[in-house]
Amino acid sequence: MSEFFSMGGYGSYIWASYGLTALAMIVLLIATLRGLRSSRIERDQLEAVLQSRRPRRTKKTQKAS
Amino acid sequence: MHRFAKPSVFLKFTAPILPWLSVLTAILIAAGLYFSLIGSPVDYQQGHTVRIMYIHVPAAWMGLFCYVGMAICGAMSLIWKHPLADICARATAPVGATFTALCLITGSLWGEPMWGTWWVWDARLTSMLILLFLYLGYMALVNAFDDPERGSKAGSALALVGAVNVPIVKFSVDWWNTLHQPASIVRMDGPAVDPSMQLPLALMILGFTCYYFVLLILRVRLELNERRIRALHLSGMFDETATPAAAKDKAYEAGHNAEAKQ
Amino acid sequence: MNGFLAILRRDLSLALRQGADSVMVVAFFIVTTTLFPFGVGPEVNILARIASGVIWVSALLAAMLSLERVFQADYEDGSLELLTLSPVSLELLILGKVLAHWLTTGLPLIIAAPLMAVMLNMDQNGFAILMIAMLLGTPALSLIGAIGAALILGARRGGVLVSLLVLPLYIPVLIFGAGAVEAALLGISATAQLQIMAAILLLTLAAAPFATAHAVRQAME
Repeated sequence: MSEFFSMGGYGSYIWASYGLTALAMIVLLIATLRGLRSSRIERDQLEAVLQSRRPRRTKKTQKAS
Repeated sequence: MHRFAKPSVFLKFTAPILPWLSVLTAILIAAGLYFSLIGSPVDYQQGHTVRIMYIHVPAAWMGLFCYVGMAICGAMSLIWKHPLADICARATAPVGATFTALCLITGSLWGEPMWGTWWVWDARLTSMLILLFLYLGYMALVNAFDDPERGSKAGSALALVGAVNVPIVKFSVDWWNTLHQPASIVRMDGPAVDPSMQLPLALMILGFTCYYFVLLILRVRLELNERRIRALHLSGMFDETATPAAAKDKAYEAGHNAEAKQ
Repeated sequence: MNGFLAILRRDLSLALRQGADSVMVVAFFIVTTTLFPFGVGPEVNILARIASGVIWVSALLAAMLSLERVFQADYEDGSLELLTLSPVSLELLILGKVLAHWLTTGLPLIIAAPLMAVMLNMDQNGFAILMIAMLLGTPALSLIGAIGAALILGARRGGVLVSLLVLPLYIPVLIFGAGAVEAALLGISATAQLQIMAAILLLTLAAAPFATAHAVRQAME
């Protein structure tokens, strides 16, 4: 097992490459998902306020569009 | 109203694809990792360091692929004025920049044990570095406007100009490099790709590409949400204090001030 | 054609009346070049070796520094909007503005370059090629720069942004410009490099006005 991790003495280089790549890809994904969630929450809140302010007209226009 | 119709079409098309694509990405990358770390032989010249290639080459591929994608989006935005094209280009840039940076970093990590240097002014490395600068310029431009739509449009134009320039830059860097041969004997040719290496390489390239498409779908959704939020704010339906975000800010400020008083 | 000449005359007289712009560009060029001997030491051979590169890099930076004013003032006072509405084609008007920019920045740089070459102990047989290369290269810099200057109209922190956009696109001009001088210093014919620079100039001359006009129209929307 330790032979696998040492990679013939080049372990630090190889694991650094794989680790950094994995880190970057995961961070990018998580940042996107978090942004998506918070933007969705904010949008829904705004839409809800919109609905409550103009209850009848918005429903009609939404169906039309 | 057609501006709001298009996002719904996008959502309708991508919603069923997204879970499958995510699973496919996970499988491809997991298989690619297995074959590149365990299931492939060591290179007779480069030893274990050849395993860095399975990250390095797909990252380089993604860097170029994303830029071509951005340029195509830029062209579509120019020709058809389709707002989704701008959004796609904008969503692609951070992914492309990340992979270009990863390509440079893994290249350095490969070069150090193999050639004894972190960086050489080799034509390919230099071209990738310039590509990274182009990405950074695009991202800075796109985010520099108060109106994100204006930013996206300017970015599309820049992506197109950059795409015209990329072959010229590539050619001039090649020319410059052959003129100034580096003094050290550095062979930047990778190992001849053995069939046993093709499998992990292909898996990784496919996996990274699928990962990009998953992120693209998510980031376009994010962008569409943000545009909708902006449109709602601009519609004048909300005065500053009425929005939940502003209310949250106020609550935060109140808490902050109370803390400060204590 | 009249519109072209009119905008050229207008921009030139504006630049000359303010006067300081051209002088500033040349001063920046000279000061930047002067920094290099402090950085690498006053050893004559080293300076002679790096002279062509130093002069080109400084010229690049100086040309870039003045880009903001190509459109910015006109954008702010609204005259750019009038230009986009005029019956004369915007591409032609932009070509006039770029030519005015080159005459007030590129040309003074070409005149100042041999002076700096002397101070950096560059060999004499490189001078003519240096000036020819700059004659071909600086108009391309102005043309490419105009695209960047138009893209950043209305952006925050436009000045820093334009450098980030434009400098990577300047690299081919730098490579062949410095390469031509280097070839001349080695006693090799620099024709190939100069031909490529002429090709780059023609390509940018054909494409840049359209890209710039597109960007200006976007900024006006």
